Amino acid sequence: MGFSVTKQGGVTVIDVEGQLIVGNRQELKSKVLEELDGGDRKFVIDFSRTGYIDSSGLGVLVSLSKKIREQGGELRLSSLNEDLRTLFELTKLDTLFRIADSREDALEGF
Amino acid sequence: MDTLDPKLVLDVPSDVRAIEEAVDYVLQRCSECRAQARRLRLNFRVGLTEALSNAVLYGNGEDPSKRVRVEVVIGGTAITARVMDQGEGFDPRSVPDPTTPDNLCRAGGRGLFLMRQLLDEVHYNDQGNCVTLVLRFDSGFGGAATA
Repeated sequence: MGFSVTKQGGVTVIDVEGQLIVGNRQELKSKVLEELDGGDRKFVIDFSRTGYIDSSGLGVLVSLSKKIREQGGELRLSSLNEDLRTLFELTKLDTLFRIADSREDALEGF
Repeated sequence: MDTLDPKLVLDVPSDVRAIEEAVDYVLQRCSECRAQARRLRLNFRVGLTEALSNAVLYGNGEDPSKRVRVEVVIGGTAITARVMDQGEGFDPRSVPDPTTPDNLCRAGGRGLFLMRQLLDEVHYNDQGNCVTLVLRFDSGFGGAATA
């Protein structure tokens, strides 16, 4: 379980492996803010290897999206499985984020 | 409050790192409910995780001297879980709807909402430091149908 950061064509891509929950949300926040402080403005968080996100994880995504927007950037999400999509739809966060079916779709036109 | 005859009792420390392990353990013990796989994996897992998170973070305030007790009854038609913390409790009616436009961009406040959306019953005791969750086997939820 963890987060890996890669750069693809000027976009910072973060893979969430395992779960994004109350116990590790701060680690994701720190990694993204570190890249934001370093000048990155385009972010994709890829959930293709993520089993579960709890409400704290959803909250940190909202918080990060706000911080990135304040710096003139954008956070996109990709590859949510059916369960994760259900959580975003229930909480209406699917209206707040641009959610792509795949990493490639998220990167396209960024 | 009704008395549960729990099949499973857990004594969980007030440490966020203990939540995942506790939830995984309960779900493993529910393996006999295989026909309810998706409702267990999504609805029950989310509900129990959020109840434990609330108990550890807000109920017990991550105080290492306090514990969270989890009781689970696996019945023929439902799973009932009770999560009790040692905090002062809260008024669940005071938690606003996180899906309204004013609240959508707030970082917190989605845990109780998710519990109510995904479980068939969510009851707090009068003090607000004990929540009972019920997942019935015969009911469906939107996209979270039995798998």
